[in-house]
Amino acid sequence: MTGIESATGGFGSGGNALGRDNYLNHERGIKSWLLTRDHKRIGVMYLVVILSSFFLGGIFAELIRTKLLTPGNSALMKADTYNQMFTLHGAIMIFLFVIPGIPASLGNFVLPLMLGAKDVAFPRLNLASFYLWVGGATLALVSMVTGAVDTGWTFYTPYSTTTNTNVILMVAGVFVLGFSSIFTGLNFVVTIHKLRPAGMTWFRMPLFLWGIYGTAIIQIMATPVLGITLLLLIAERALGIGIFDPALGGDPVLFQHFFWFYSHPAVYIMILPAMGVISELVSVFSRKHIFGYTFIAMSSIAIAVLSFLVWGHHMFVAGQSTLSSMIFSFLTFMVAIPSAVKVFNWLATMYKGSIWLATPMLYVLSFLFLFGIGGLTGLFLGALAVDVHLHDTYFVVAHFHYVMFGGTVIAFLGGLHYWWPKMFGRMYSEFWGRIGALLVFVGFNTTFFTQFVMGSHGAPRRSYHYQPQFEAYHRLSTIGAYILGVGFVVIAVYLIHSLLRGRPAPANPWGGATLEWQASSPPPHDNFASTPAVGDPYDVEAWTWDGAVGGFVRRTPAEQPAGS
Amino acid sequence: MAAGTTGEGTVAGARTHRVAHHFDNAEQQFESGKLGMWIFLATEILLFGGLFCAYAVYRSNHPEVFIYAHRFLDKTLGAINTAVLICSSFTMALAVRAAQLGRRRQLVGLLGATVALAACFLGIKGLEYEKKWKEGLLWGAHFHAKLAPAPPALPQTLPPVPAAAGEERSLIPPAAIGPAGLARPGQPAVAEGPEGPPHDVQVFFAVYFLMTGLHGVHVIIGMALLSWMMVRAGRGEFSPGYLTPVDLTGLYWHLVDLIWIFLFPLLYLIR
Repeated sequence: MTGIESATGGFGSGGNALGRDNYLNHERGIKSWLLTRDHKRIGVMYLVVILSSFFLGGIFAELIRTKLLTPGNSALMKADTYNQMFTLHGAIMIFLFVIPGIPASLGNFVLPLMLGAKDVAFPRLNLASFYLWVGGATLALVSMVTGAVDTGWTFYTPYSTTTNTNVILMVAGVFVLGFSSIFTGLNFVVTIHKLRPAGMTWFRMPLFLWGIYGTAIIQIMATPVLGITLLLLIAERALGIGIFDPALGGDPVLFQHFFWFYSHPAVYIMILPAMGVISELVSVFSRKHIFGYTFIAMSSIAIAVLSFLVWGHHMFVAGQSTLSSMIFSFLTFMVAIPSAVKVFNWLATMYKGSIWLATPMLYVLSFLFLFGIGGLTGLFLGALAVDVHLHDTYFVVAHFHYVMFGGTVIAFLGGLHYWWPKMFGRMYSEFWGRIGALLVFVGFNTTFFTQFVMGSHGAPRRSYHYQPQFEAYHRLSTIGAYILGVGFVVIAVYLIHSLLRGRPAPANPWGGATLEWQASSPPPHDNFASTPAVGDPYDVEAWTWDGAVGGFVRRTPAEQPAGS
Repeated sequence: MAAGTTGEGTVAGARTHRVAHHFDNAEQQFESGKLGMWIFLATEILLFGGLFCAYAVYRSNHPEVFIYAHRFLDKTLGAINTAVLICSSFTMALAVRAAQLGRRRQLVGLLGATVALAACFLGIKGLEYEKKWKEGLLWGAHFHAKLAPAPPALPQTLPPVPAAAGEERSLIPPAAIGPAGLARPGQPAVAEGPEGPPHDVQVFFAVYFLMTGLHGVHVIIGMALLSWMMVRAGRGEFSPGYLTPVDLTGLYWHLVDLIWIFLFPLLYLIR
């Protein structure tokens, strides 16, 4: 315990290291950032580029929603532009933001800290992953300027083999991004296997690491299949290889099989780390030990395994045999079991806890509500007969936004607010934090709940024109999108403000019991002077608020922790 | 790691000057590198897995094409190439042993031999490609070989009409060719036979060029890695205590070899 004692006892502001040596000022100059192998700096660099992508994708979303205020032609954009807009919105959000989002930014920063390690197993590979991301993103952005793709983010053949937009460049970009994802996953798996400190057995790991581990396994096992699919697509377009062209004996549905063999597991690449974040937050902000640790951990692995067996539910109406559809439908329903195991365990953790409604906890509550809706509507779509009606309607759009946005992005925001003081050594405004969380919640539901209703009435997705009967829904949805936009502006403003003017953060502002809270905020270059002692990662009740330190300190377990 | 530490590799007692700051000792570092490489090899297998899957799909969709078209591949050259790659795996394994024993000149020589054998493989492959190119036995849209003899009239590939077609009208087409007794007489069962080539022969060559092409790219990457190892070995960077890069390059090379061992029978030895 030397780390925490020196951190809380030796220095005035409860373990804040802003004025002293920390990873942010350990080396100076732009080069020390661009060539760094420090996982914390790489995490911060990922955070910057990923949030920039999120901003760009968000702009496209707002433009799409603005067009949809009216059912007919719009002065804002032509139909072709609209097709490009929704494709780019999807591709940017999926490949540049949601897939790398939590693992590459928060995961990179937190994972070695949680292990009490100095870095990930392969720091150079980690930096290479980052530059692969940058390279892939650059290719994708160049393709936007030289003929933005209009196929939808799924690049279905034969659209993607016949359109005159720059599919090859975009697909090459996604291929490179896939390598970035593979190497990040590989790095994390090896780190978790080999760099756990003495005493941290598999079942004493923080659940965030279980989430990241499950994610990494999927990244490793699914992404290569996307890689070969995209190579085949490039070969198809560039060389006329004919593998997806029925005129040459090929099979376009094979593309869908290959694509979804990756892209359905990719959905769990997106949601598993989010679930890991929630598992951390729900215990800390309920001031109570996590309930059902083993079940939450194993359900991550169960989800990872099942994720590989359900891709066919994207092809219920694509000429798949009835028998395969039935099997895929059944397996899809199976995914609900481990997901529900997690949700019930989180609820049980909150039960009789002293819930502290700080900003990260507001995101946890949002997550539970939104992911609950997103998950359950997934069952509607997994049911064969219902899917025939709902396929390619706004219902699908609403469903996956509830999971991807209501699940992953909300958890990402929760994790960002939770680890922000650790990352930058400053607290943000709690008042504005809560306002931001509220705006996002209200805006999100206004935008997407409307789309459930619209979709169940049969409104087709991805169409530029729509029936006048849907105009009221579309308007309401667009108003929601604007509220959501305002919410994000609020968040951006107070977070940037906190970087400059925020109150210095203590080492442990929330009373977390995982190892990262034993390092100073922000942590020093080597994370820990000596490997910290490993305890129960959810022994949050052993940490109690100390007004003199301005943060949580470890006390005798008898004392009750104080809330906000 | 089943194939982890080999017998005489005394990794634990390695020199410590190359241990990065976040590892406790050289053994942990070596084990991490090895695990990372095995995971990477798993992703390589999955990358090829997509193509093996495509092979399975098209072979079951067009069995007659695969049987017909594989005869255009040169079994002799394929067999020689298989032998060449197996020899290169052998020299690679010997190279790793030389590194473990600290025999620098032997290591450089064996790595050189491996690169030479890889180049030999690519040369033979190039000869095969050249022949295919000249004969027009290419993929998809570029297939323009004149397959002798010309097909008699139009090969019928229409699905056979069930006997009861007149009365029963179903939107669902017959799933497969029914028993001969149910089909109307007078129609050819399958459009394959000694008289002419089947339809869509180009599918086989698309699969052939994709699989061998991707494998060829891996051979080239392997040659680059091996050459780099040769340079480093020449500089004396490896010792019995530090040979992780040689070991990992070896693993990669064996995988490249292994993939070919699957490709050869799948493409060349269909019948």
